[in-house]
Amino acid sequence: MTALAGTGQLLRLALRRDRFILPLWAILLALFPASVAGSFKALYPDPVELAKFAKSMIASPSITGFYGPIFAPNLGSLSAWRSGILVIIAALAVSLTVIRHTRNEEEQGRRELLGATVVGRPAQLVAALLLAFGTSAVIGVLAALGLASAAPGAGAWAFGLEYAVICAFFGAVAGLAAQLTQSARTARWIVGAALGGSFLLRAAGDANGDENSVLSWISPIGFAQRIRPYAGERWWIGGVLLLIAVAFGLWAYKLAGSRDIDAGLVAPRPGPPRAGRSLSSPLGLAWRLQRGGLIGWLIGFAVISGVLGSAATTASDALKDSPELAEMFQRLGGATALGDLFMVTLISITAIAAAAQGIQAAVRARTEETTGRLEPILATAVGRTRWNAGYVLFALGGPVLSMLVVGLVGGLSYGGSSGDVSGQLPRILGAALVSLPAIWLTVAIVLALFGLAPRLVAAGWVLLAAFLLLGQLGAVLQLSQWALDLSPFTHTPHLPGGAMTWTPLIWLSLLSVALGALGFAGFRRRDVG
Amino acid sequence: MENIIEASGLRKSFGPTQALDGLDLVVRRGEVHGFLGPNGAGKSTTIRVLLGLLKADGGSATLFGGDPWKDAVTLHKRLAYVPGDVTLWPSLTGGEVIDLLARLRGGGDKGKRDELIQRFELDPRKKGRTYSKGNRQKVALVAALASDAELLILDEPTSGLDPLMESVFQDCINAERQNGRTVLLSSHILAEAEALCDRVSIIRAGKTVETGTLAELRHLTRTSISADLASPPDGLATMPGVHDFVVEGSRVKFQVDTAVLDETLRHLASLGVRGLTSQPPTLEELFLRHYQSEGAQS
Ligand SMILES: Nc1ncnc2c1ncn2[C@@H]1O[C@H](COP(=O)(O)OP(=O)(O)OP(=O)(O)O)[C@@H](O)[C@H]1O
Ligand SMILES: [Mg+2]
Repeated sequence: MTALAGTGQLLRLALRRDRFILPLWAILLALFPASVAGSFKALYPDPVELAKFAKSMIASPSITGFYGPIFAPNLGSLSAWRSGILVIIAALAVSLTVIRHTRNEEEQGRRELLGATVVGRPAQLVAALLLAFGTSAVIGVLAALGLASAAPGAGAWAFGLEYAVICAFFGAVAGLAAQLTQSARTARWIVGAALGGSFLLRAAGDANGDENSVLSWISPIGFAQRIRPYAGERWWIGGVLLLIAVAFGLWAYKLAGSRDIDAGLVAPRPGPPRAGRSLSSPLGLAWRLQRGGLIGWLIGFAVISGVLGSAATTASDALKDSPELAEMFQRLGGATALGDLFMVTLISITAIAAAAQGIQAAVRARTEETTGRLEPILATAVGRTRWNAGYVLFALGGPVLSMLVVGLVGGLSYGGSSGDVSGQLPRILGAALVSLPAIWLTVAIVLALFGLAPRLVAAGWVLLAAFLLLGQLGAVLQLSQWALDLSPFTHTPHLPGGAMTWTPLIWLSLLSVALGALGFAGFRRRDVG
Repeated sequence: MENIIEASGLRKSFGPTQALDGLDLVVRRGEVHGFLGPNGAGKSTTIRVLLGLLKADGGSATLFGGDPWKDAVTLHKRLAYVPGDVTLWPSLTGGEVIDLLARLRGGGDKGKRDELIQRFELDPRKKGRTYSKGNRQKVALVAALASDAELLILDEPTSGLDPLMESVFQDCINAERQNGRTVLLSSHILAEAEALCDRVSIIRAGKTVETGTLAELRHLTRTSISADLASPPDGLATMPGVHDFVVEGSRVKFQVDTAVLDETLRHLASLGVRGLTSQPPTLEELFLRHYQSEGAQS
């Protein structure tokens, strides 16, 4: 077993490095389903009312498209269903952890340092996968115990299994992605695409209103959901997905044991011996470094809005079939039409993603600094503000492009499938753009951190996760208004369908400008490096 | 203006670490100035202060007579910098990085660039990720040397170069001196400092402990003497400037400060010298004395 030499040590190292952050998010994510269940219990104490609510949700294909199917009108099934978004976040967290401990370590040259000690070639991967599988298991068990306290039964354990196998599966995918590409960034893109793709497949499948759509079955997320917690559990599905995860892990293990250090699937090719004309300013450099990412984001946004925008209209059909439901939804969401409600959800989720895009650009500025690549740039005739402006432009302007894409593609597909392009396109485009101030404020907080407290820049991700949870679960968890108000996204008018209010938008924009200016000023004054 | 760099009493701390503790540095126009000191002495920190990347806590520093913090951008048009740790953008080729840095500085000499790439045997088409350590350093060196900057600030620029490239580097620096350029060269390679530098400053623990021309510094070194004497070495051991005195039969071995070499030899001659070997002073010894914490005080 020389290949595995040192695995235990590396696992301990990883646990030590993550000793605060890992338990924090694992416990938070694991405990949320229980609080969701608690809130449902408080909202609908009468099982009949609860079943009525569940039925109305089941009857709405666009809602099931977004969150997945509700397999049975009971408390447990409903809670498992509503926690679906959390499972995706948990899977993302687990897979990013795997990449951080594998390809990122390698890219930073630390694997070389360790590889020269008594450590097997694939040991780092194995340690990272053990960490991922172990964390997944812990999340699963905690989630099951938590949910069982609110909704007892085998279903709780089935939900825990669903949670754990999805996390483990994407952890294994991340382990494989880390073997295929030279850069950790590309590996993260692969994982993001895999997660996004599985979500879209499942969404497209479930939006048909057909519980057994092929699209959902071939999506790893959809597949795992068909364990059917609290609705006639199919335990074997968990076993199958776990086997697939292990197979992916073994595949990665084989690659890790046979490939060269620092190598990916594709050997690097030589490039131009001279710089092109565009590479002659800080902005040109920022464009060169970030254009790939920007295009990736825009494609992602186009696909998501295209697929989900056309799914939204099935909702409107369901609405026509049942006026009783329509009335219920108006009470629930305040939107004039079910399709609009769906578009509101779509836009609010893409707005969070666009904020992630902005934060990524802002964090990238910090990475340039910590890796020492900023130093030679600032030693030339480039001022700090000029350099910083390039990244701020991407951080704030990138999301503008993205929301334009969401508005245009979403409006076209929503309008196209409802036969009213000229009517819907401006509505959806407007709705997408209205979310920009909240996005800007989120990103501007990170920009301010970069200028004033650069070590804390990564906290921007925690902030974004908090905003996402507040938006997705705040209402379900019946948090008080002041807590909800902490998220800038709470203040975005619920368009299309809701009332347009300018005041919060102006405030959010002004605050963003102030924070951005603080960031600029702070960066001019502080030490670099 | 005579002095390109003037720093006096520079202080900088990072939390509990006092990186610079009253550092003085003067670099005159047209000289190659060696900047020496043990690991962690504060060389890179000083350079970063001079580049306006760090803000000094105290003391004063001027670069071309300007304030390195406030006038960073205008001053940077006149200098080129090679960092101690060269990290390149993984997706950019070496040639692209060289051009980019030249353009950000405000233009550069294309002919010189190509000539330097050839002299340093650098492949400009490789991506940043795929260069070896020495080649990464060459990318930064070519970018700096190809510029028309008046001042070159080089932080251990040759730590990864092979001996052949080291000699190319020394030729280049000598040529730059001919052209009247000023160079601040931080280095751990004493032979390199001896070969290139007009003056050197030695720093330790954030303070300047010695500064001057190499001849002046040599003066501070000690010559090792081993002599076979006809009579007992009376009074020799107690002469000022004589150190590490050892007697083995009729042989004596000692070190003597170069400043008092003349008197010592005269006293030695009066004792009747039958055989004599002397080892010339090396800078190495001086540096070692200064680098060792106690050695510098004695
Ligand atoms: N950003 C920083 N944060 C904290 N401490 C720092 C930082 N930069 C430098 N130091 C500390 O300041 C001291 C001086 O470091 P510096 O890099 O200037 O040394 P150096 O003379 O260049 O050493 P070397 O020869 O190893 O390159 C060291 O003790 C170092 O640990
Ligand atoms: Mg240094």
